[in-house]
Amino acid sequence: MAELVTIPAYLLRNGSDGGYANAPAIREKDLGIWRTYTWSDYLDNVRDFSLGLASLGFGANDKLSVIGNNRPRLYWGQFAAMCLGGQAVPVYHEAIATEMSFVLAHSEVSVIVAVDQEQVDKVLEIRDQLPNLKWLIYDYPRGLLRYDEDILKSFEEVQALGRDFGAKNQGYFEDAVAKVQPDDVALINYTSGTTGSPKGVLLSHANFVRTTQAYLDAEDVRMSDDFLAYLPLAWVGETLYGTCVSLMSGCATNCPESPETLQRDLREIGPTGMIGAPRVWEGMLSTLQVRASDSSPLKQWVFNYFQDVAMEVEAARAEGRPVSGGLGLKHAIGEFMVYGPLRDQLGLRRARWCLTGGAPLGPDVFRFFRGIGINLKQVYGMTEMTGLVSVQPDGLANSDTVGPPCKGIEIKVDEGNSELLVRSAGIFKGYFKEEEKTKEVLTDDGWYRTGDAGLLNENGHLVVIDRAKDVGKLSDGTPFAPQFIELKLKYSPYINEVVAFGDGHPYVTAMIAIDFEAVGNWADKSNLPYTNYVDLSSKDVVRDLIAEEVRKINIGIPEISRVKRFLLLTKDLDADDNEVTRTRKLRRSFIAEKYGPVVEAFYGGAQNVDLKLDVTFEDGSRSQVDSHLTIQDAA
Amino acid sequence: MSESGMTDGSVKLSVSDISKSFGGVQAVRGVSIEVPKGVIFSIIGPNGAGKTSLLNMISGFYHPDEGSIRFENTDITETTPANRAAMGIARTFQNIALFRGLTVLENLMLGRHVHMKSGVVSSMLYWGRAQREEVEHRARVEEIIDFLKLSDLRKQPTGALAYGLQKRVELGRALAVDPTLLLLDEPMAGMNQEEKEDMVRYVLDVNDEFGTTIVLIEHDMGVVMDISDHVVVLDQGAKIAEGTPDHVRADPGVIEAYLGTGNH
Repeated sequence: MAELVTIPAYLLRNGSDGGYANAPAIREKDLGIWRTYTWSDYLDNVRDFSLGLASLGFGANDKLSVIGNNRPRLYWGQFAAMCLGGQAVPVYHEAIATEMSFVLAHSEVSVIVAVDQEQVDKVLEIRDQLPNLKWLIYDYPRGLLRYDEDILKSFEEVQALGRDFGAKNQGYFEDAVAKVQPDDVALINYTSGTTGSPKGVLLSHANFVRTTQAYLDAEDVRMSDDFLAYLPLAWVGETLYGTCVSLMSGCATNCPESPETLQRDLREIGPTGMIGAPRVWEGMLSTLQVRASDSSPLKQWVFNYFQDVAMEVEAARAEGRPVSGGLGLKHAIGEFMVYGPLRDQLGLRRARWCLTGGAPLGPDVFRFFRGIGINLKQVYGMTEMTGLVSVQPDGLANSDTVGPPCKGIEIKVDEGNSELLVRSAGIFKGYFKEEEKTKEVLTDDGWYRTGDAGLLNENGHLVVIDRAKDVGKLSDGTPFAPQFIELKLKYSPYINEVVAFGDGHPYVTAMIAIDFEAVGNWADKSNLPYTNYVDLSSKDVVRDLIAEEVRKINIGIPEISRVKRFLLLTKDLDADDNEVTRTRKLRRSFIAEKYGPVVEAFYGGAQNVDLKLDVTFEDGSRSQVDSHLTIQDAA
Repeated sequence: MSESGMTDGSVKLSVSDISKSFGGVQAVRGVSIEVPKGVIFSIIGPNGAGKTSLLNMISGFYHPDEGSIRFENTDITETTPANRAAMGIARTFQNIALFRGLTVLENLMLGRHVHMKSGVVSSMLYWGRAQREEVEHRARVEEIIDFLKLSDLRKQPTGALAYGLQKRVELGRALAVDPTLLLLDEPMAGMNQEEKEDMVRYVLDVNDEFGTTIVLIEHDMGVVMDISDHVVVLDQGAKIAEGTPDHVRADPGVIEAYLGTGNH
């Protein structure tokens, strides 16, 4: 078979008899039952929808956006656009309408596939800002039957149109697919970015195919594998590690019933591999810790004891030290009593590997999962590199590096500011309609400036230190990497989000957002009444609780870099308020500005600070909240 | 408000000159109402006005002393509650009436029992028709779970759920009967604002999507005026006004008896 170089070409192969026609391609849990679509069903659905789009006037270079959680039809929608030479523009469905309108207008989408009434309403609300929009297609009809907007159509309607169109235009679909070129743009991935408005990263068919191939060369993916499709479609990782990996290897993806049932669906599927942002792993650990602290004293003791054993064994393994017989025996007992059941509870019993990527994961969280026998590894990539630069090989995972660069990916380190530069077949085609910004990050000889400071260690593994522009110095010249402090603090189950300050200042300070669930649970057990986040985070005893956590964590940090002062925020950092990106990366410059008075108070020696904060509600409405924050000196 | 296409002008339920007294207390006196098919029909009134007694007579829980009740042109005055349920009348209760130890799914499956036809023996053996039936009923229950967004709670015991969610499960249990007439006794009582908004949306959706005729007793005037097609006002067991929400709102007798009490 000739080398396949476009995404639709793989789709045709999989759906044909010589491919994987009868193998499961995607499942969705609907009405309580897992329903399976084979690759041949998959292809039929894409073809029908694709022809339907063609009959509605959609063609090469037109843009189709999908808005919603992981449903087969949204994936089919993206593929259908690609098959016609068009481009998919996945959008974060949690985004509020105003945020969506920027991406949808900027990318000039002409067709939107929205998952349900909620998303349809959002689009209709901003319809007058979308001059290119011709059709709004919905997956789930609930509540939409009486809408009489002229641009609305159901997914089935379009597929029915497609079947008619296909009958009259034999071979139309195959011809369209054959016309798609490897260098055609397949998908525009908008990165929220930690500064400024989102940029549309143009990714071609070749970008995806070559990068997926590099990944498949590095990782053990089998056709019999099952993955859970739960990451936002708008994240490049979902397209690469979910959709494209499944497409090229022939394995199956599984769409959970709803975001609320994710944990149960995860257990039912028992995926053989899983990729998650640090937030996913932190969340899992936090849930485990909360549940452990709810159990009987004996169980708590067993959990804590074997957690320590696991961490010790993992530390020894990572440093290449031998594990003593006694410790090995304890670990074996732990496997039977704690680790195995934990993996089962998490739904990761069948997982051969798990990946964390998108942002750094705290070393302690990383060690915990590895300690309980989950093969968690770091992967490094960014949207502009189609989501992959390096991945840790089995057996060489550790929390300090992100593994060796994958096959065909070159790396060099800028002598001046230690910035990492990469070059590969996965390098993007530029930012959509942003020539200037593209030139800022792409060098003339084809290197992409990642903006991350890092180095290659003696084993050829990549070490990422922090965002190059975030690495600073304390006033005495000690290097200060905020992320290092933040990740340390986030290991505490009571701490959800941290922003550390220190660049140009004499010591390190931190704003902390408590984990509402974990602290709430602690408050319940301590018979402490509270009403909401603001109330809970303002309580003196909660501040004492966090102070104790900070004190414990400070012990593991060099004297000079320890957190000297902190305060508890009265709200969590939120993407709706622009404080973090949709993938939950801190937008530091924005935060520094918004919380300016806090930084002043930290270093001015004040004990209190009054703050007026704008908060944005889920429906996009805003209001201003006055907070009175108390600063605590850390012991 | 909800001018659903299901309204064809025919009468779904007609109550004629009905009365009920308990000892010396005349709870309902000579009330007549006519509920057209496919509407949301509300009964309001101050405490003790006889709203729940009226509803109890429609569902068959009480037997009227005088008067008659007709459902789709059939006189059901003498029909047992079970048979009324089989005819397509379902209700929810003011205080929650669920099996607290059973899961959401099991409670809803119980709601299907009026439609279950297989005998004791085949049910126990789970064989033949019993098995087919179970699968069919489960499919219908799953649709309701989907409709009411209960999928994450499917296997949770109802006793452990928040109050608002229990009310939603109760609505689900009533829907499992596949009713064409749904009687809701203060579905929003004791709920917070968010729970109320959810419930209102579900009531409207049930009416809209399934075409179910709804008779609603509700205390919350805002809710009633917002969603009803037709309102009847009771006071001291007697009907004192009826009509569209706007009409009723402007009626001096109603203001005197109910709105004028200063609570609302």
